[in-house]
Amino acid sequence: MESGQTVSQMSSWLESGYGVFLVIHFAGLACFGYIVWRRLVPLLRAQSDSRFDHPLARLGNVVRYWFGQWKHPRYKTAGVLHILIFIGFILLVIRSFSTLLVGVSSNVLSPGFPGTAAHTYGVITDYAATIVFLCMLVAITRRVIFRPARYAVPARYGKAHTADAIFLLGLIAVLMAADGLFSAAVAAGQVRAGFSQDLAALSLPWLLQSALASVSVGTLGKVCFGAYLLHEITFYFLLCYRPFGIQFHVETSLFNVYFAKLDRGTLKPVRYGVSDERLDQVKSFGVKTFEDFTWKHMLDFYSCADCGRCSDNCPANAVGRPLSPRFLSIKARDYAFRHYPMFGKAGNGTPLMGSVYSEDEIWSCTTCGACEQECPLLVEYIDKVIDLRRGMIDDGNVPQSLQKPLKALESRGNPYGKLEKKRADWTNAKDFQQTCKVRTLDKNGASTLYFVDSITSYDDRMQSIARSTARILDNLHENFGILGSAERDSGHEVRRFGEETLFMDLRARNVDAIMASGVKKIVTADPHAFNALKRDYRDVPPVEHVSQLLARAVDAGEIKFHPAGNATDVYTYHDPCYLGRHNQIYDAPRQVLDAIPGLKRVEMQRSRDRSFCCGGGGLMLFYEPKEEQRMGVKRVQMAAEAGANVIVTACPFCMVNIEDAIKVAGLEGKMTAIDLTELVDRQMIRPISTATATSGTLEVERGDSSLCTTSTRHF
Amino acid sequence: MEILVCARRVPDTSENEITLNSTTNDIEREELVYSVNESDNYAVEEALQIVDRTGGSVTVVTVGSEEDEEILRREMAMGASHGILLSDPAFTGSDGRGIASILKAFVAQGHYDLILTGVQADDGAAQVGGMLAAMLDYPFASLVNSIEVLDGKTLKVSREIEGGNKEISEIDLPCVLSIQTGINEPRYVGMRGIRAVASLTIPTYGASDLGVDASVVGKAGARVQRVDYYVPALGKTAEMLSGSREENIDRLVELVAAKGGLQ
Amino acid sequence: MTPRIFVYVGHKNGIADDCAVELLAAAKTISPITRPTAVVAGCGPEFDRVCESLRSSYAEVWKLAHDNLAYPNAELIRKALLKVLPSNNIVLVPHDHFGIDLAPGLSIKLNAAFVSDVVQLEGVEGSALNAVRQEFGGQVSTHVRCDLASGAVVTVRPGAFKPADNMLVSGSVIDKSGELGTLTSARRYLQTLVAEAGDVDITKHNVLISIGRGIQDKDNVGIAQELADVLGAAVSCSRPVVDAKWLEKSRQVGSSGKTVKPKVYLACGISGAFQHLAGIKGNPFIVAINKNPKAPIFQVADVGIVDDILEFLPELTNKIREMQSVTAK
Repeated sequence: MESGQTVSQMSSWLESGYGVFLVIHFAGLACFGYIVWRRLVPLLRAQSDSRFDHPLARLGNVVRYWFGQWKHPRYKTAGVLHILIFIGFILLVIRSFSTLLVGVSSNVLSPGFPGTAAHTYGVITDYAATIVFLCMLVAITRRVIFRPARYAVPARYGKAHTADAIFLLGLIAVLMAADGLFSAAVAAGQVRAGFSQDLAALSLPWLLQSALASVSVGTLGKVCFGAYLLHEITFYFLLCYRPFGIQFHVETSLFNVYFAKLDRGTLKPVRYGVSDERLDQVKSFGVKTFEDFTWKHMLDFYSCADCGRCSDNCPANAVGRPLSPRFLSIKARDYAFRHYPMFGKAGNGTPLMGSVYSEDEIWSCTTCGACEQECPLLVEYIDKVIDLRRGMIDDGNVPQSLQKPLKALESRGNPYGKLEKKRADWTNAKDFQQTCKVRTLDKNGASTLYFVDSITSYDDRMQSIARSTARILDNLHENFGILGSAERDSGHEVRRFGEETLFMDLRARNVDAIMASGVKKIVTADPHAFNALKRDYRDVPPVEHVSQLLARAVDAGEIKFHPAGNATDVYTYHDPCYLGRHNQIYDAPRQVLDAIPGLKRVEMQRSRDRSFCCGGGGLMLFYEPKEEQRMGVKRVQMAAEAGANVIVTACPFCMVNIEDAIKVAGLEGKMTAIDLTELVDRQMIRPISTATATSGTLEVERGDSSLCTTSTRHF
Repeated sequence: MEILVCARRVPDTSENEITLNSTTNDIEREELVYSVNESDNYAVEEALQIVDRTGGSVTVVTVGSEEDEEILRREMAMGASHGILLSDPAFTGSDGRGIASILKAFVAQGHYDLILTGVQADDGAAQVGGMLAAMLDYPFASLVNSIEVLDGKTLKVSREIEGGNKEISEIDLPCVLSIQTGINEPRYVGMRGIRAVASLTIPTYGASDLGVDASVVGKAGARVQRVDYYVPALGKTAEMLSGSREENIDRLVELVAAKGGLQ
Repeated sequence: MTPRIFVYVGHKNGIADDCAVELLAAAKTISPITRPTAVVAGCGPEFDRVCESLRSSYAEVWKLAHDNLAYPNAELIRKALLKVLPSNNIVLVPHDHFGIDLAPGLSIKLNAAFVSDVVQLEGVEGSALNAVRQEFGGQVSTHVRCDLASGAVVTVRPGAFKPADNMLVSGSVIDKSGELGTLTSARRYLQTLVAEAGDVDITKHNVLISIGRGIQDKDNVGIAQELADVLGAAVSCSRPVVDAKWLEKSRQVGSSGKTVKPKVYLACGISGAFQHLAGIKGNPFIVAINKNPKAPIFQVADVGIVDDILEFLPELTNKIREMQSVTAK
């Protein structure tokens, strides 16, 4: 910062430009204002959104994700780079403003910092500018030489964004350099006038200043003027150019994080402000044109920084499905820029499906949430995909492979078309029935409901999960029952595939049956049912996943295990998306596994909130995607890489996909899969009072015994 | 183009188990779910696609009772402009010819350029379309898997014949076509669409409205009558191999080799 | 008084369809003493040969020759038949794509009763014909009574009646072409588009590994292909596999697909709907492998195995490979 004595020298150098600088200020600001206004126009036409509640929680998000850059370190190099740049920008804000003001009039003093504070601030920002400058060089080098894969643009999405990225990075470097040169010139003038300069040693301004050491005062004046002009032009150019590309996130990120969704895991309603009962008055469901998006979703499109972290973690993208979340945002943003131009007519409401997005692109999403988990700007994807699906369903535009299960769900309450009265047939398996009687609940029959859901009820292989769960509940003396033929599909995927009306019908039937049973709590072994009952259903008793119940029992010492049988087996736990990422239940299942003595467990590289989706559940099992490989196959290969030969999962859909993948990957005999409940059922020590085993042998019932490489426990 | 589609409400074979009811000599109907006959649904979709190109409207008609209205509503939710129910106690027990007569009486009162039916329904008779055409003296083509509108008076149709081959013909309007499954990809009818048409009134016409000849309809007029349903005792069946998988494979390889199946 | 029985006989390339003798057997079931009359339509020297060949099966062969009948257009043939057929008789027609086209309208114009797709005939009782049909995709059978007062048109399921042992007759051809006059119709045949030949012609293979819905997924088709490779066989399929786009249409066996005459036919995960079985001729050795012990295919197979094809086939392939490597040594 300039001391009072040098202000006059600097002012004299800049004086001649005051007029020009002022004009540039006004022009720049006016331009920026106009551009921002034009960018707001589509938001004014958009659907309403509910984002003004819970201000404290929202501020908390701002502190954590915006100030705290919480998600950035998930990619170390880029994360560190960005944190440095971000801190640099924040620190430089005041400096930038004061630099700009300096060119307005000599009467404008530097901001009222007392001397030492001003000096300290100057030193800090000298280094900040230097670090930002260096970061720009590193960033450009990464773009040009190292080219991280996630930045690449697949051919079908157009040309690479590299040139534009380098242009912007370069401009920021120029901005830093211009500021540095300006400070250097001023400082050099100070030195020439006999004062000491106070630039931070070895910072960019400092280096530039030493380069100017032998320059004449007159030239210094010109350099100062030129650097100042360059700084101002670059500053305003950047300010006005940013809203035309991914750098707009500089301005929008604060708002995007503030307005981010608080209740992850839930779905947005069809229309905010319209209750379920009044939905039939809504003329069109879902998103068909750009204006059907909410203003926050549009803000998301503006805020996407094109970092590619979402697509890098998207399992659909990894297996070659035509879906890349990053480009859901980029394409929509480009659409907005095209149809809401700076000058001329705004908007035209063309259908998005078939022009901006393809149908397969939107049906490919398994709603695993990996994209939302990664995004440093908290951009939301799942709600948008579901809204687009709602639109397609509304128009009758549904792949034939999905129409059959949807019709079956409507008539029979399950996607297989099987009879309602057979829903509880799994309880009648001969051996099972002798050891465990499962009650179908009528009024006030029990305190706990075991919600089985469709796949576990009807699928030959998955029924083993139901039986294991029932035996576990029995052993833990849970007073439980099932709804039997009164149970309908939870509708979790029905809703996530956009059939909101059918979902509401299924939900209504289930809620009636649940309330009629008089239970106080619900337990399920199906994370999709768990998520539905927890998030999509209202006014039902609290629900938990069986892993949570088991973890509590382990803690309380209520359940003990036999040692793991086979010493050479290595287990790994696969986090199901709807148990892990969407509901943050990572530890409970692990706790249960670790309570089994002698069980060797390894973690896959992608675990917990970075778990890799198995392929999806519910209706996704019926959809025929265009892909190069199955998600399950990739996952099974990850397990093999981690050194495991047994995959433990806690979701029947994961089980279907993984067991299938083991066959397709040619790993039969080398890899097996087992559900958490099946493993617990096999290993748990049964109290003497419920012993039904004859002479101490209890065969474990597996869906397919030929897959079992680990020994059954005899005792 | 004004298109009439004759549809029927049948038990959905993919969502039902067909078993016999020993007491009534009928199949067990208690837990059946019904829906529109599959090839009729394809016919409605085809009709909708045609009027999308040519203009006009699609009417769906069925012979039955009030419970059959649901398929009319479903097809209207799909896009048909009109749904008509032909219902009368006198119609109960009609055979295929009787149904065709009822439909003919309805068609004669209006004007339709094109009449579509599905190839066959749950009874596999594949008869009503051909009969209706003969009664109306309209040309007929069955097993149609492609329709091209040449002009207001003629269509080019493809019929599915053996070997996956297609028989291409020209046919003059008005005509009757029976539509084969797979001709198109029917659009989805969501629950929301069905709810939206749930309260529409369905025009209903009876015997006197239509002027149907009483001697051909109803049980009395049926020349072909179903006596019962039964499941025949299994005749000669396969030699079932019942050993372990390995044993079955060995035996199978033996048998196939004996028949010259191994090179 | 039993009505006369007329049998419509189709033909191709100078050879009468197999149905000619099947429907003859069916006619005999209705009335053993009545001598059915074959009715054949067409034109040209190949057609003449067909009429001649039928003399050894039918006492009377009514020949309907007309230029416009060179291609069997059901609309024209119906008009032709109406000019020569007396009413109040029984007319048998095969229940194939032609019969479906011809017969219902014919029954109306003859004012005759109509019964379609019969699989059994139980003879005349009084003035009614008793027959057996199937409904719900073959899941149940029904007995039907057909009033013969004004005659009947009956379509017969191809393959349901085994041709009678050679009951050679020395019939005569009666040329009824003169009664036809002009034949025109509002439906005009243009051409036949032959299905694209795929890379594999399943009609030329002696051993077929045929897959149905039980293969469950496109990716599993390879399991069948591996077995076919070790046997020098080809993979064929039923209609659902083509509808799901797991194999091309040229691989489909059935009434709307190809007709095959292999020596050995492995039906894997195929339920046994008659439309599929209609494509299998020549009485091959049929092996059925299916998870469902109640699948109708077990009624027509020679050998049946209840097992999961996704597991059984790879093991079968391995076994055969083993055997081949042993014999190669």
